[in-house]
Amino acid sequence: MIEVIYILWLRQLKHYWRSKARLIGSLGQPLLFMVAFGFGFGPMYTRASGGANYMDYLAPGIVSMSILFTAVFSGLEVIWDRQFGFLKETFVAPISRTEIMIGKTLGGATIAMIQGLIVLSLTYVLGFRVPGLGSLALGLVFMFLIALFFTGLGLTIASKMDDMHGFQLIMNFLIMPIFFLSGALFPLENLPPAIYFISRIDPLTYGVDGLRGVLTGMNMFGIYNDLAVIVVLSALICTIGTLLFSKIEA
Amino acid sequence: MQNILSVQSLTKKFDDLTAVDGISFDVEAGSIFAFLGPNGAGKSTTIKMLTTVLKPTSGEIRINGFNVLKEQDKARSSFGIVFQDYSLDSELTAYENMVYHSVVYKVPKAERDERIKNALQIVGLWDRRDDFVKKYSGGMKRRLEIARALVHYPKVLFLDEPTVGLDPQTRKSIWNHIMTLNEERGMTIFLTTHYMDEAEAMADKIAIIDHGKIIESGTLEEIMERTETESLEESFLKLTGRDIRDENGNGGSKMRFMKSMGRRHGH
Ligand SMILES: Nc1ncnc2c1ncn2[C@@H]1O[C@H](COP(=O)(O)OP(=O)(O)OP(=O)(O)O)[C@@H](O)[C@H]1O
Ligand SMILES: [Mg+2]
Repeated sequence: MIEVIYILWLRQLKHYWRSKARLIGSLGQPLLFMVAFGFGFGPMYTRASGGANYMDYLAPGIVSMSILFTAVFSGLEVIWDRQFGFLKETFVAPISRTEIMIGKTLGGATIAMIQGLIVLSLTYVLGFRVPGLGSLALGLVFMFLIALFFTGLGLTIASKMDDMHGFQLIMNFLIMPIFFLSGALFPLENLPPAIYFISRIDPLTYGVDGLRGVLTGMNMFGIYNDLAVIVVLSALICTIGTLLFSKIEA
Repeated sequence: MQNILSVQSLTKKFDDLTAVDGISFDVEAGSIFAFLGPNGAGKSTTIKMLTTVLKPTSGEIRINGFNVLKEQDKARSSFGIVFQDYSLDSELTAYENMVYHSVVYKVPKAERDERIKNALQIVGLWDRRDDFVKKYSGGMKRRLEIARALVHYPKVLFLDEPTVGLDPQTRKSIWNHIMTLNEERGMTIFLTTHYMDEAEAMADKIAIIDHGKIIESGTLEEIMERTETESLEESFLKLTGRDIRDENGNGGSKMRFMKSMGRRHGH
């Protein structure tokens, strides 16, 4: 059981590690956002908030963003496995669909975590400071939970998709809104009711809020509430993913 | 002799197309069984159902005494499969592909290296074990897939057109390995091929499927006698007609062909 999960996990890490272009390419977007927003909105934020530093607000958001995109993408990679036929090799093996789901979720989540950690260290260069080891440890917990949830989501979506044609649709109508309306870039205050509502059912809202809470002390819902929400949602999505996964034909 | 594989009224429908239409047959343990038929006849669909990739619309399958639908994992441990389309991870090395397979098939850790080495030697790829699969030629990929299917000592080996696109030398060497495995380990072989000479030379029993139905089965001699022909190729043509399947409107098979071409290019 453990070894099966391990080998599925290892395979994904090897893929990640061997594709340097992807590894480096996926750092471009968070970096761009950090620089563009950090310097673009920084002065405005400082004025509006009465002296607070925007980089403190933004850094946890950008870390979450890089985790979100890497995790969803890792989950969706199953579609490639299916197109290149490798999914069949895994599916005819005498192992349970739950093992496959766990291995793939942990693999994707680990990669997303690594990506998140790289971005977190990049924020250091731009002046962001984590207050201490305790906050960092709690931050890692939140980062991992965000990674877990969104890998699970990617896998769940992938189990319902035959090919990559729907990729743009999912990016533009699901992942981008999740990102922009999560409070990663700007505070979720004084919003029109519809947007307000969406931001509250956005899972990333709680992930970002929790991560920002433990890293900077700025927090809206309470860290334990954030933690509870994201734990429950992760468990839920992984269960749904496993159920859908056991129904697909390779 | 006892039957290692037994199929009853197996049917698969894709929307309104009946790809496999109530077929029944038995395969004796230790024999070589050739499953022949024109393009789109339903061979791959049948193999996919036998190997748990596709769920049958109806029917029963037993492999090695296990009900394939109810005791999936036990059935899965009993067979090895080489699919018609490649199913390797091209971003891993050959050896890594083999290790992955050994682990998911729960080959005991102590025996793993030895068995992998053995299987790779059989197909002549031991020296190239650390190459990435994306650098392999089509023939090497096929040989690797066959080696991979042997690592967990399956009782039945399914081969869906294992020699398509290979040169005569490679074809010959692959069939030689397979014959040896059949003789030495008593491994049952279930194969499909479009090369009638291969089937003629190897098979103990032959079944011919067309439009999802088995239209003839038996030994080579029986089939030639019943169709009053001199070779398997003649019997095959007599039974299945001479028109080309992709052009006579046999629903969707042309599309499928183009799709699988595209997929191969992607490698
Ligand atoms: N996933 C699918 N969805 C819909 N139709 C399918 C699917 N897979 C196969 N078919 C159809 O089922 C029929 C049988 O296909 P199958 O792949 O079993 O043929 P085959 O005998 O293996 O042919 P070939 O010799 O070309 O490999 C074809 O008409 C094919 O178009
Ligand atoms: Mg076929």
